[in-house]
Amino acid sequence: MAALATGGATSSDGATSFQRKVPANSRLATIAGTRPSVRHGQLLLSSGLPSLDCVLGGGLAVGTLLLIGEDKYNIYSSLLFKYFLAEGIVCGHNLFVASAKEDPADILKELPAPILDDVHKKQLDEEESAVISKQDSRESMKIAWRYQNLPKMEVSPAVSARFGHYYDLSKTLSPELLQSRKWHRFFLPEELSLQSEIKTCNMTCGYTRLLQSIQRIICQEGFDGSYPQKKQKNILRIGIQSLGSVLWGDDICCTDNPEYIHSLTTFLYVLRGLLRMSLSACIITVPSHLIQNKAIMERVTNLSDTVVGLESFIGSERETNPLYKDYHGLIHVHQIPQLNSLICDVSGTKDLAFRLKRKLFSIERLHLPPDLSDTVSRSSKQDLAESTKLLSSGCGAMATGKKHLDF
Amino acid sequence: QGKFTLLCNTKTNGSFLVHHFLSFYLKAGCKVCFVALLQSFSHYNIIAQKLGVSLTAAKERGQLVFLEGLKSCFGVLFGEEQPGGQTSPFQWISKDGSNLKTMYEFVRTSLMPSASDSWKCPVLLVDELSVLLSLGVRPVDVLDFVHYCRVAVCSQLKGNVVVLVHSSDDSEDEENELVVKSLCHQSNLILWAEGLATGFCKDVHGQLKIIQKGSPKLRAERNLLRIYQYKIQDKNVTFFARGMSAAVL
Repeated sequence: MAALATGGATSSDGATSFQRKVPANSRLATIAGTRPSVRHGQLLLSSGLPSLDCVLGGGLAVGTLLLIGEDKYNIYSSLLFKYFLAEGIVCGHNLFVASAKEDPADILKELPAPILDDVHKKQLDEEESAVISKQDSRESMKIAWRYQNLPKMEVSPAVSARFGHYYDLSKTLSPELLQSRKWHRFFLPEELSLQSEIKTCNMTCGYTRLLQSIQRIICQEGFDGSYPQKKQKNILRIGIQSLGSVLWGDDICCTDNPEYIHSLTTFLYVLRGLLRMSLSACIITVPSHLIQNKAIMERVTNLSDTVVGLESFIGSERETNPLYKDYHGLIHVHQIPQLNSLICDVSGTKDLAFRLKRKLFSIERLHLPPDLSDTVSRSSKQDLAESTKLLSSGCGAMATGKKHLDF
Repeated sequence: QGKFTLLCNTKTNGSFLVHHFLSFYLKAGCKVCFVALLQSFSHYNIIAQKLGVSLTAAKERGQLVFLEGLKSCFGVLFGEEQPGGQTSPFQWISKDGSNLKTMYEFVRTSLMPSASDSWKCPVLLVDELSVLLSLGVRPVDVLDFVHYCRVAVCSQLKGNVVVLVHSSDDSEDEENELVVKSLCHQSNLILWAEGLATGFCKDVHGQLKIIQKGSPKLRAERNLLRIYQYKIQDKNVTFFARGMSAAVL
């Protein structure tokens, strides 16, 4: 993997007092929008959502793959997809957008606009005041002094405002900003009409074309380090929408015994090789709820680095469940990569939910509201017990049982 | 000598066992052929350095033969034809009719002792055999490959073979379960890393089951089964008896 030493992570906008001064004749080129990870020395990219970055252990590492299992109606996963691409535009990275459904130019027109400057500064002020108030409260605990040493509870994971950006979903990215960035497209219906030689392989035609296209871009633009004289390195953000769906020519979403059972997994394996040897990161959304054969999903999870599943409450009985009234869905983090170290960066929180407020999409720890009613009917108590059992807890199967404890 | 060790992981990341065996055999002065299908060379190198071994140095002095799956597959699919008609060990991925035999040949030639070698017994390490199934290889071919390697390495060259597979109790992947069960039957030592049955815990990362098969000569000896729980740290893994984690005591 390309582990680069950076002189200091700088964001591409706004000068803040926390910025380390990089000397003018520094040899080490820093790439905008990245920062080195403390854990494993890889360069980290922001996924576009600061709260998701926190869940993923600081960000998405360069050279890895983020796989998102789509929610039922593909509403929130396409949002995450757009956030990733918008972050790339704002940081000045190159983009590669592949889709079989929509024209990539249309996808890029709908990217959310970043919230910059004023709010940025306000966030920094808030951070500072939060730190100061923490120090104050540490001294002032006279009655509850037993709790003094416990860490403060946080509802949403801590965010760092400089590395990731916040986006306003009600506005779209300005076309001037879009035009100033370099991006590449892959729209399957166009590519299939062109004639080109394809090596016989285990993959469907669409996947082979996509791989060739990605490999060509990486090679030509020098993301794999083939142009060492180029001083300014940049990152390629690859976004592939709805991989594995029928539109890509794959039939794993249609039948239980598909013909192209190895197509997606082979694609992911070769893509992994491509990503590892270049300065790029990839986001793929997969309609995992449509894949009939669960073995394929297991293999896909094995071959990807970071796997996140989205489960939205739309249309399910949980939408009206009072337990989940603040949230729009659950996020399951199925896998976090173990890079360059024996330990993998697993956060302590396993129950995460997301909500889409007017402008902001945030991921928070799931809190069940307290059961305050005096006369609790049998049915709602049963509901509670069922829901708490459904909250998954990482490795190992939870003990199942129908009875709930009555205190 | 001549042992086949199976590393299995269920719902958790058992690759710390692979890193341990790699550094263990390199430190012991054995010739190692490492077939790394899932990760890149620098990943293993960085971790091995933390454990006290340098993979680049081992490669240079010929102690380590590293077959990097990701790079080789890429070379086969996107590269030009190799001069001299040499077939890459990953020729089978282009589905031109070849099977895992090329990979077996590669393993055999790399572990064959040459005149200038002074290493001790040869070792074959395979990281994630389950990846081969995802790439379209039939379970029969995978088992054949393992069998051929065992014959070559364990019986003829008196070396060891260590293989990592991924498995799960409620897995729907039947082909994988087939391969794992068959390998469990053939192996002398099984190290099974699994997550805790009660769920996720910060201090205890998982449970390691060590199953040692009794030798066929002493019929009275039963299979030895030991269970330890472990916590992975940056350079080390600490093992302790069940329920005796430092966080609890």
